[in-house]
Parts: sequence; C-alpha cells; structure tokens
Amino acid sequence: MNLKGKVALVTGGSRGIGRAVSVRLAGAGAFVIVNFARNEEAARETLRLIGEAGGDGKIARFDVSDDRESTDAIAALIKEKGRIDILVNNAGESRDGLLVRMKDRDWDRVIDTNLKGAFHCCRAVAYTMMKQRGGRIVNVSSVVALSGNAGQANYSASKAGLVGLTKSLARELAPRAICVNAVAPGLIDTDMTSAMTEEQRETVLAGIPLSRLGTPDDVAGVVLFLASDEAGYITGQVIGVNGGLYM
Amino acid sequence: MSIEEKVIEIIVEQLDVTREECVPEASFIEDLGADSLDLVELIMAMEENFGIEISDEELQKIRTIQDAINYIKKKKGLAS
Repeated sequence: MNLKGKVALVTGGSRGIGRAVSVRLAGAGAFVIVNFARNEEAARETLRLIGEAGGDGKIARFDVSDDRESTDAIAALIKEKGRIDILVNNAGESRDGLLVRMKDRDWDRVIDTNLKGAFHCCRAVAYTMMKQRGGRIVNVSSVVALSGNAGQANYSASKAGLVGLTKSLARELAPRAICVNAVAPGLIDTDMTSAMTEEQRETVLAGIPLSRLGTPDDVAGVVLFLASDEAGYITGQVIGVNGGLYM
Repeated sequence: MSIEEKVIEIIVEQLDVTREECVPEASFIEDLGADSLDLVELIMAMEENFGIEISDEELQKIRTIQDAINYIKKKKGLAS
C-alpha cells in the first residue's frame, strides 16, 4: 500500500494503537502528524519509530476535546502542509466504573475526548477534503460499542457514538469521494488494558476464539488498508479486529 | 476585480459551470445544479475569499447569483 504524497493526522498518536497506526502510515509513505495531549516524550518516541521505519512526520500538541484549540491547530497544520488526506480519530480515554458510582465528570470527560474530539477533528478536515475531492477518515471505535461492557457505560456509549458519526459522515461526504469507516478493536495489549488483573485477563482470553490479546499492529494494519486507495469502495463500515471475541 | 466578477469566478470554479450560465437570476439549485454539499462549499469559498461570515439563517435567503452579490456587497458596506 502506497501513501506517498499524502498527509495524515493521527490523534492520540503517542502510545498504543495510535503509535502503531502512525508508524504504519508513515512506513507506507504518508507524512504523519502525531497528535498528543500530554505525553510529549511518548510522542517523540513515536516520531523516532517513524524515522526508523523510513518515514517522515511531526508531532503536534492539542487537546481534541477543546473546540478552539483543536480547530485552530488543525487549520494551521493544513495550511502548513497544504493538504490533508487521512484522519485517524484514535485519541481516547477510559474512566471505568459501575453506573451507580459513576460521576458526571467521568462521563463527560470520556464523551468529550472520545466522541466530541472526533467530531472536532472531522469538522476541521472535512472542508479541505471536500475541496480535494477525496480523503479517508478512520474512527477507532471498540468492540464494546457493539457488545456493551459492565463498568464501561461512558466508554461504550462514546464508542457507539463514533459508529453513528461514522455512518452519517460516510453518507454526507460520499459525494466528494471521502470514505469514512470505523475499526472496532477487541482486547488489545496496550496501556489501557494493562490495568486488568491476571484473573480478568484469563476470563477474557477464554472468550476469544483466537485465544490471544490483539496487538496494536493488528489494528494498525486494518487502519492502513482503510486509509489506502485500495479501500476506495468501502465506506460507512465498522470493521471488527477482535480475534473473534464478537461476531 | 469587482465583487460581481469575483463571485462568478468562484461559482464557475466550485460548481463546474460556464461563465455564460452565470446570469444574475440563475438559481444555484434549480439552474446551476448545486446540491446541499455544493452550496456549503460555495458559501465557505465566498467566506474565505471575501473575509466575511455567512450565518445559516442568512444562507437560506441566498438562492440566486444576484442574491449572493447583493449580500456580499451589503456585508462589505457597499450596498448597490
């Protein structure tokens, strides 16, 4: 897959799935803007890995949940690079808890970053992609958007929201050859899932037909495909990457 | 370049129509074949080019090329 000459923005690109996606897109030739909100050191490490893969990119600090900050930052990046071809809405966080104990601020924070953040970034790139008569948006949803998960009311609602966003934008932007899809990762071995106890891990593994956790690269390969010219007839889809955990 | 000329130049580019089709009374949707996405692009291009902001409410009233020209002139303080 060849992404030479294309410019990609990966939100939450400093760690986990976002890092793997950044490296894969850059390895395929795209100039990758690695967004991060807090961990600059991790973002720099992603940039180093991009260089190691023979790719090119830069890091960009902005908080996707902040309307003004994200909109202005993306406008400046588009101006600088002259175009934007690929947006991967990956920035996300979880604040798990059972419903009866869940605080409004935990609900709001997760919805604001995972769902509203994606909305901000989509809006910030759409006009340029429309003018370019093409583009790719990939939203990183989650298996729990489809299956639900006890203790993740906020997280699964935000990820299910991304599915609705994906399908609506797919319809809205289709006349301009912009494809909008989502990936729904299952249990992926990242910082976000490392908080599980050994016991939780074993219970989950028993439910995964491929009987292993996914790797960030398992997800990145699918995102790379969806971002490529080869996926030009795929839009509005939610692709599960979950080892068969949910079918 | 006058506002009229600039508006028509933007329309020709955005809607892929000829200069001859761009008569003042031409309606964007009925005569020039624009769909809702085309209209949004057109309006954003005008905002960019003329450094103005067009609200959704005002947008509803702009149906023809003349409407757009009048609106921009008014906005720029050059009422015709």
